[in-house]
Amino acid sequence: MFQKTKKLENLPAMKPSDVKETSPASSSAPETEEYSVTTDQQPTNAASRKNRLAAIAAGEDWESAIHGIVDKEDHVLNIESFNLWYGAKQALFDIGMGIPEGKVTSLIGPSGCGKSTLLRCVNRMNDLIDSVRIEGEMRLNGDSIFDSGVDVIELRKRMGMVFQKPNPFPMSVYENVVYPLRIDGEGDRQILDEVCERSLRGAALWDEVKDRLHDSALGLSGGQQQRLCIARAIASEPEVLLLDEPCSALDPIATGKIENLIQDLSGEYSVLIVTHNMQQATRVSDYTALMYLGRLIEYGPTETIFQTPRLPETEAYVTGRFG
Amino acid sequence: MSSTPDTEERDPKEAPNMGVRRRRAGISESAGSLLARGEPLISFTGGALVICLIMISGFLGVVLYQGATTFWPAPVVSVKTVSGKTLLGEVTRHDTFQPADAVFDELPEAEQTKAREAVEKSDGWAKRRLVRTGNFELTNEHFNWVSDFEIQSKGETLPKWAVVLERLTWGRFYGVPKAFLVDGKEVAQGPEASWQEFAKHHSEVRDRWHKRRSLEIHDTGEVNRELESARLQLRRVELSHGSDSVECQAEDERFKEVESRVNQSFGKIRAKIEKLNRENSRYEMLMTTSDGNDVEVAVADIVRAYPANHLSVSDKWGIYLSRWWEFLSDDPREANSEGGVFPAIFGTVAMTLLMSLLVVPFGVLAALYLREYAKAGPVVSAVRIAINNLAGVPSIVFGVFGLGFFCYIFGASLDQLFFAEKLPSPTLGTGGIMWASLTLALLTLPVVIVATEEALAAVPLSMREGSYACGASKWQTIRRIVLPRAMPGIMTGTILAMARGAGEVAPLMLVGAVKLAPELPIDSVFPYIHPERSFMHLGFHIYDLGFQSQNSEAAKPIVFTTTLLLITIIAVLNLAAVWLRAKLRRKFEAAQF
Repeated sequence: MFQKTKKLENLPAMKPSDVKETSPASSSAPETEEYSVTTDQQPTNAASRKNRLAAIAAGEDWESAIHGIVDKEDHVLNIESFNLWYGAKQALFDIGMGIPEGKVTSLIGPSGCGKSTLLRCVNRMNDLIDSVRIEGEMRLNGDSIFDSGVDVIELRKRMGMVFQKPNPFPMSVYENVVYPLRIDGEGDRQILDEVCERSLRGAALWDEVKDRLHDSALGLSGGQQQRLCIARAIASEPEVLLLDEPCSALDPIATGKIENLIQDLSGEYSVLIVTHNMQQATRVSDYTALMYLGRLIEYGPTETIFQTPRLPETEAYVTGRFG
Repeated sequence: MSSTPDTEERDPKEAPNMGVRRRRAGISESAGSLLARGEPLISFTGGALVICLIMISGFLGVVLYQGATTFWPAPVVSVKTVSGKTLLGEVTRHDTFQPADAVFDELPEAEQTKAREAVEKSDGWAKRRLVRTGNFELTNEHFNWVSDFEIQSKGETLPKWAVVLERLTWGRFYGVPKAFLVDGKEVAQGPEASWQEFAKHHSEVRDRWHKRRSLEIHDTGEVNRELESARLQLRRVELSHGSDSVECQAEDERFKEVESRVNQSFGKIRAKIEKLNRENSRYEMLMTTSDGNDVEVAVADIVRAYPANHLSVSDKWGIYLSRWWEFLSDDPREANSEGGVFPAIFGTVAMTLLMSLLVVPFGVLAALYLREYAKAGPVVSAVRIAINNLAGVPSIVFGVFGLGFFCYIFGASLDQLFFAEKLPSPTLGTGGIMWASLTLALLTLPVVIVATEEALAAVPLSMREGSYACGASKWQTIRRIVLPRAMPGIMTGTILAMARGAGEVAPLMLVGAVKLAPELPIDSVFPYIHPERSFMHLGFHIYDLGFQSQNSEAAKPIVFTTTLLLITIIAVLNLAAVWLRAKLRRKFEAAQF
């Protein structure tokens, strides 16, 4: 776990020439492997940075900086030109990204930048809110998510979601974990038992609850409840796991356990995690996307984003100078 | 707190900032600080609570005291008045009054001055007592007032062998046993011997009486039902095929056959009844009343008898408890002022349960739709307002609606369709337990809907989202997560509805509660539940006893006892529901971390 952490103080000094940035005037983000240094560089001083963010805030469009390496991976989820409105107010602006399969991708950004909104769109949880309107497309392994004929229930069964605050159902631990199977109509006790054990082991909770599977889930501690929710999310073997700030309501030890868990899950499952905590992003994720005010600013491998980001805005955010 | 000297005298070097502040001189200086601190409010709120508690406990105390002492056997006093009258009976009430002059004029001359003096001594106030003298068929009075100044000196005694008789008809009898007669001949004389003979024979006479009753009710009833169903069958055939048709003739033959068979059974049963009656009528007791007359009282007529003045404490407790048992399990007699209220208890409980069974599913489903499925808008708001206003409608209006719509329109149509052969006597076209329960279910519907909506709204969104994220449909989420979680709140609504419905009397008077119902609405005759039958209700019983009773003085204590019983039954029903809710709460609402 600790190999990924690199002290931010050890970052090499930023030089204007190392940074590749796209200006509004240039064409869409190039998909080359190496950075290329263009001649028309924007000045990178604070004044210009503020202008860019201010420009975004004022509503101008900026192209996202997507590192080419992301596109080399197989994508489990493709987001194409995605826009979202809450009533009259636009919350997501032309998001286009691909989530790699079998890896952990984290969405970071200041409060209100739209990361949770984007996450909730993936399994269409925003359908529950009346005023939401979307344009654009998302595909899960090639299948459209937002097409008019899509069965939302079936779609949600292909994804698992864990929320910020643990929300176990007022049932026993066993019933909580097998809930996705029960609503699918599965009644075979043997299969349910097997899935329950597998999911609880996968969530690193089996040893702690195996003697009280039929006690109420509400009696577990916070960290255990969150791991139970993760077990519930992976019980139906989803294609994508969506985690919305899963550790923000937990203490550091429980957080550590869940971060370990996420790393363990990453080979089997594709994980999309929203987090406020940048250290957490560096610890668990393979790819990181930075969002600001509903726009995707930069998206690339975590190490690159945190050590050698292309955009000065990204560098400013990850070093804590804004957000 | 003494006031500190003003700023000018302070050393400015010490505390430069403090100089400008003046220490407050005391509590009274700042206006409003007393109210701000809130200490008077503690007294106000505490006082309001205490007043409420006093009212509740006072009410319960009065009902408990009056209700629980009704059945305690009181001693029988014999009072000789100065006008020569002798009264024998139980004292039921004490009173003070100011006698008018005319009252004294009625007394014999010699006693008038003494009486006036006695009253003068207490500033014109005299005490009097209400004595239950019974013997209504002889004296035409149940009760008599006797004032203290009317009583001869040493005129009040407790005769050892004064006996109280509770009878099947004509109410209570007070007298002294003189002799015991079997087949008209005296087999015992004097109070003690007669009493012993009576005690020997009374229980078997009662047994025979119960047997006769059972023959009258069950066996005769069965035979009657057979005849009735044959008659209805005939009428049905008449209606469908016409009275001159072949089928009708055949049915007529069959009916006549049944009739003759039934008459035979009737005869047999009647013979049995006659035999029992004859056996019972052999035993009689000769009683002397307070004015010296001898009256023959049939032992079969006597429900309970006891020598009121020489009972041991355990005897008294025995009578007390046996009266309570009779109250709870027997049918009423003497126009509801004596006997038991078992049919009323049964009717109340049956109607309350039936009402709950109707209102809870309807209310919960309606609330589910309003909260979960309906799109918020003007229509939904209007519906909510209408439901809330329904809770404020006076209950008698529901009774009128129930009578008009359920009985006369709906019930009459059902009668035409299904019970045409019984017309013109209405089956469902008149009040009955079903219409009464439906009417009360309507009355309590707003309570259930509002409570359920609150409970559904209280289910946290996080739980619903968790369920949706697992791929559950809306109905699955409601069924598996929302409804169980909301169940304690729904139970609360049910409890409130039951409490409200069990206590309402006004609508019932119009749609099905009667003073005296011949049968219970649920009995052992197929189809076991008879929704068209009228029923008795405790609340209605209280009203009837209190205001429609011929012998209101005797009925008053029973009113309190019935009130006590009604409160107890509602409390038991509520406690059962509260226990159930607590159990559900423990299961579903363990504290989150």
